[in-house]
Amino acid sequence: MAVHSHKALIWLPFAAGGMLAAFVLPIMIVLTTGFLFPGALSYERAYAFADNWIGKLILLGVILLPMWHAAHRLRITAHDFGIHNDAAVRWACYVLAGVGSVLTVVFLLAI
Amino acid sequence: MREIQLEVLRYSPETDSEPRFETFQVPCQEDWVVLDAINHVKDHMDSSLTYRWSCHMAVCGSCGMMVNGEPVLSCKAFIRDYPDKIRVEPLANFPIEKDLVVVMDDFMEKLKASKPYIIPKEEKSIDDGEYLQTPLQLEAFKQYSMCINCMLCYAACPQYALAPEFVGPAALALTYRYNKDSRDGGKAERAHMFSKSEGVWECSFVGACSEVCPKHVDPAAAIQLGKVESAVDYFKSFLMPWSR
Repeated sequence: MAVHSHKALIWLPFAAGGMLAAFVLPIMIVLTTGFLFPGALSYERAYAFADNWIGKLILLGVILLPMWHAAHRLRITAHDFGIHNDAAVRWACYVLAGVGSVLTVVFLLAI
Repeated sequence: MREIQLEVLRYSPETDSEPRFETFQVPCQEDWVVLDAINHVKDHMDSSLTYRWSCHMAVCGSCGMMVNGEPVLSCKAFIRDYPDKIRVEPLANFPIEKDLVVVMDDFMEKLKASKPYIIPKEEKSIDDGEYLQTPLQLEAFKQYSMCINCMLCYAACPQYALAPEFVGPAALALTYRYNKDSRDGGKAERAHMFSKSEGVWECSFVGACSEVCPKHVDPAAAIQLGKVESAVDYFKSFLMPWSR
């Protein structure tokens, strides 16, 4: 239906990325700093994690979604700070997130 | 008795090219609110001072204004909570009609277009009996029905200040209130205001609307929940085009 704005497409990864950044990433950072589980980030373990489809999917989610969250948040923050050239800001933010997304997929597939 | 300096914004479209401030020395009683001080000016000092008010008990939503830069109901703002110098201005983000009276047309048009009333799923005759509602069904929308259309949330919203086409907190929260009512079937009719770009999607979740609401409505929550629903409806309109 024409009444629904396409902004939903941008907002969903933004909202999901925000949830991930708030709840999942802090725990992942704690888990991977090595204080609780020494050796958790050893090369062999990290490689094994990224070398199967479930691991790749998780990594894709926790990298890609917060990246789109950051892009949209920066765009809105620029607006709130009085930078009203939205076309340029939008272009810069989303292209950066888009390039980041493509690179993430490429690197994950290369493993 | 305490004497305050009441700085009031004055503007008369017939004689003034731009707004100016006029200061009144007002003797206030301990239990006075800002509206009492303004009424004192009107009754004893300058009868031309123009402002809206009615109930004096935070129910009618008429006396919203900026007091020391914050949007408040002047009948709920106690003098004792303010310093000796109090600055009173019309609600921010609206054009001034005269003195403390703002032009409400933009809000009224958006409110009307949002259809904030029950559009029944099916018409029932009186013989069919009342519409029953469980406490849980009431809980889904009750807080949003407390809105008194005082427009403080519009004066507080930085997004409305930047983008006047934004439907805005009160109209969206009221739309959500009727969408969530178990007796209602008008969600699709309200979508043209609610789910459009200038509807829920224009909100950047600053949350000032919920901070200033004198009736403890949480418009920011209604809008965020509305975004989730609009996003679901957006995808449903492609995946299940028959579902309206």
